[in-house]
Amino acid sequence: MRELSLNILDIAQNSVSAGASRIEIEVQEDTAAKTLRIRIADNGCGMSEETVRRVQDPFYTTRTTRKVGMGIPLFKMAAEMTGGSFSIDSEVGKGTTVTALFRTDSIDFTPLGDAESSVCALVTMNENINIVYIRRLDENIFIFSSDEIKQVLEGVPLNEPSVVQWLGEYLAEHAKALFVGNAPENQGGQSEA
Amino acid sequence: MKSIEELKAIREKARAQMNIREENEDGNIRVVVGMATCGIAAGARPVLNAFVDEIAKRGLHHVFVAQTGCIGLCQFEPIVEVMVPGREKVTYCKMTPEKAVRVVTDHIVNGQPVAEYTIGEATK
Repeated sequence: MRELSLNILDIAQNSVSAGASRIEIEVQEDTAAKTLRIRIADNGCGMSEETVRRVQDPFYTTRTTRKVGMGIPLFKMAAEMTGGSFSIDSEVGKGTTVTALFRTDSIDFTPLGDAESSVCALVTMNENINIVYIRRLDENIFIFSSDEIKQVLEGVPLNEPSVVQWLGEYLAEHAKALFVGNAPENQGGQSEA
Repeated sequence: MKSIEELKAIREKARAQMNIREENEDGNIRVVVGMATCGIAAGARPVLNAFVDEIAKRGLHHVFVAQTGCIGLCQFEPIVEVMVPGREKVTYCKMTPEKAVRVVTDHIVNGQPVAEYTIGEATK
């Protein structure tokens, strides 16, 4: 994967397959600590301890048509080769949380890339799942929830082309605003708990 | 900066067009992009975005973009299938955003599949 944002898109697909109704994606950058933490949490079907162990092996997959499953192993490798860490917390019937910590000053650090583009693809392709996106840069925060957008849309589908375009720009602009230090009002998001 | 107010305006406009869409549901064209690990790693996300952008730009309200998993032809990813009602499904391989734009204009708008991008051509 050329960008970690592609790993996010890939790992979140597992949550979709797990039948989740809510997927939370958190991207947290800490410039002082030189770390980037990516957390993908869902309320899907979850996995047993044995399965959690096995999904980290590239030669394991739940699919019956082939023998390899690269998604989790690639993400784990990307984190560990920076000197960071990787973990999966899962409980059958409750859901799964995948957390990866990256050291951004490592020469092996893969750039995050366009995380908002991944979120936009997930939101527009999964009308029935509430996708919550939390982007943090030090103290600045942007929170987005697709359920709140759906309320505004009053039945107009999220994959309506003009809505997709608005959404892509909305996410990109709000995430970018974190970097110039004037975090906007979270019109479409929840206030921070 | 994009606002929720703007989204409300988009909603009203989309609603008017949705009524038209519902009437000719049988004529809907489907574009399916492979978005498993292999597809994503090969560049499926920009291809998906290119299709959505081009379809929105041209106001093609009878075209829907969807995603699918791995169909076992990972070496040909990004793979895109175009399904036009009453026609045979066309499978495009090794797609790029540039190729996506051409598939929209030639195949979806003008009804001429782009033979050189198809999987049949790639496996010759």
